[in-house]
Amino acid sequence: MIIKQLSVFLENKLGRLTELTKVLADNDINLSAFSIAEGTDYGIIRCIVGRPELAYKVLREQNFSVKTTDVACLVVPHKPGELHKALEILSKNDISIDYMYAFAADSNAVVVIRSESTEELIRVLQANNFDMLDSGKVYQQ
Amino acid sequence: MFWNKEIECINRDELEKLQSQRLQSMVQRIYNNVPFYKKKFDELGINPKDITSVKQLSSLPFTYKSDLRDNYPFGLCAVPQQQIVRLHASSGTTGKATVVAYTQNDLDLWTEVIARSYTMAGISNSDTMQVSYGYGLFTGGLGAHYGAEKVGASVIPMSGGNTKKQLQLMEDFGSTVLACTPSYAAFLGESIVSANILDKIKLKIGVFGAEPWTEEMRQYIQNTMNIKAYNIYGLSEIIGPGVSMECECQNGSHIYEDHFIPEIINPETGEVLPEGELGELVFTAITKEALPLLRYRTRDLCTLTYEKCACGRTLARMGRIVGRSDDMLIVRGVNMFPSQVETVLLELPETTPHYAIIVDREGNLDTLEIHVEVAEQYWTDEMKQLDAIKKKITHALSNMLSLNPTVKLVEPNAMQRFEGKAQRVTDRRKL
Repeated sequence: MIIKQLSVFLENKLGRLTELTKVLADNDINLSAFSIAEGTDYGIIRCIVGRPELAYKVLREQNFSVKTTDVACLVVPHKPGELHKALEILSKNDISIDYMYAFAADSNAVVVIRSESTEELIRVLQANNFDMLDSGKVYQQ
Repeated sequence: MFWNKEIECINRDELEKLQSQRLQSMVQRIYNNVPFYKKKFDELGINPKDITSVKQLSSLPFTYKSDLRDNYPFGLCAVPQQQIVRLHASSGTTGKATVVAYTQNDLDLWTEVIARSYTMAGISNSDTMQVSYGYGLFTGGLGAHYGAEKVGASVIPMSGGNTKKQLQLMEDFGSTVLACTPSYAAFLGESIVSANILDKIKLKIGVFGAEPWTEEMRQYIQNTMNIKAYNIYGLSEIIGPGVSMECECQNGSHIYEDHFIPEIINPETGEVLPEGELGELVFTAITKEALPLLRYRTRDLCTLTYEKCACGRTLARMGRIVGRSDDMLIVRGVNMFPSQVETVLLELPETTPHYAIIVDREGNLDTLEIHVEVAEQYWTDEMKQLDAIKKKITHALSNMLSLNPTVKLVEPNAMQRFEGKAQRVTDRRKL
């Protein structure tokens, strides 16, 4: 259930993001989730891609500063209070969250969660009958 | 106006005699009291007794800033500690400060040359001088202070910063003279204009130094504050401010040659250049007791002329400093070396010693930006950790440089690697 997220350190410079997306496009790598954490002089791109290992390799080759980070993808119904239920359980179990990003469409929402203890987080949520997205559904075949 | 007309307008043959006597005695003193010089003279086979004329100066060895560092802190002192009454320090190349010591006679000499300088600019006991240089280890504040008291001016030991209070006291106390760095003078001028108090200010003279400035900057300052702005030059290794000073002709700065003998050399070969040629300025402090440096390499590039000045002075004049023969930068009046930045970065595992220094000027204030790489193993995808790294680097650099740089983190391996001489400094200021 652990999903490999790619984190890329990018200088805040016009065109730098395009260079990144071009490498992914040229290598037929699909993007499933994408977020930018924005600092004053640099940004951190966090993305979930179809071929994380290939993406890591080609980005390295193009001299991008890239790391893979373990994250969990929680699926909750697109309804008021659903995220709250999950977060309440995590907090009761002393699991803190470093960052998360989410998007909802149709009937479900997917929440990408990064924690120091991702495995524990997945175990707790699954034990409480939360739905987690399997990497098989994200990675390209 | 003259403080010491006899010396300032001395016949050059007499001056040469005086310099020769003083050089002779200085060479004896450093040979007998400073092991560093004794060793150098012995190695070169120079017998100090043979040095009888200033014409022989070019045969003597140079002293470098690195010699002060290698003999840190007091290795080049020619007197015992009991005779030292003051210590000052400025930036060294790698973090170890350049320490300078003074005996009471040295302080008196320093006060004398500043008194000559202020009198040259028309300052007298009818003036109130606001000293807005930093007071402390830096020679600017205290040097100006005692010199101004000597000419009888009323001194306001304001020190640097706190612009609002600077303007308040300037208005309330009726300051007629301002002493600070030219960039701070420009900033104060702008502040006076924007506070709309120019008509309440009595300033008429500015004596500015500690950083190189242009003729355009002078015009700007003069016009903004409606004053006459003079350049004062000096370096702590020789005495501090007051090694040379501009007269009312504003056509070069008069060097007090009875104490400091100037030479212009080719910085590559060390050979003395003919009058008027551009080269590195070298000084020999023939009368200093605590730290009498022989042929000290200032690294400042300028020209010299021995032509008699329209003001009547016969003392040699140096032109504006047009550059450096080393990589020292002067930012907001503070000396800094790229090697200091490197020293800091090498001590921090979070970063690599690959960096870029960008100096610029916004309005009339210098800005300092330092780009540093995050070391591969420290780069994390968590912003708060990266911000903590940035803070740590900024803090360490501020401590080392006595300046607050803007630190910018760049991608690991983003900085250019140099195979030959590294080009790490971009100075966008137009000097």
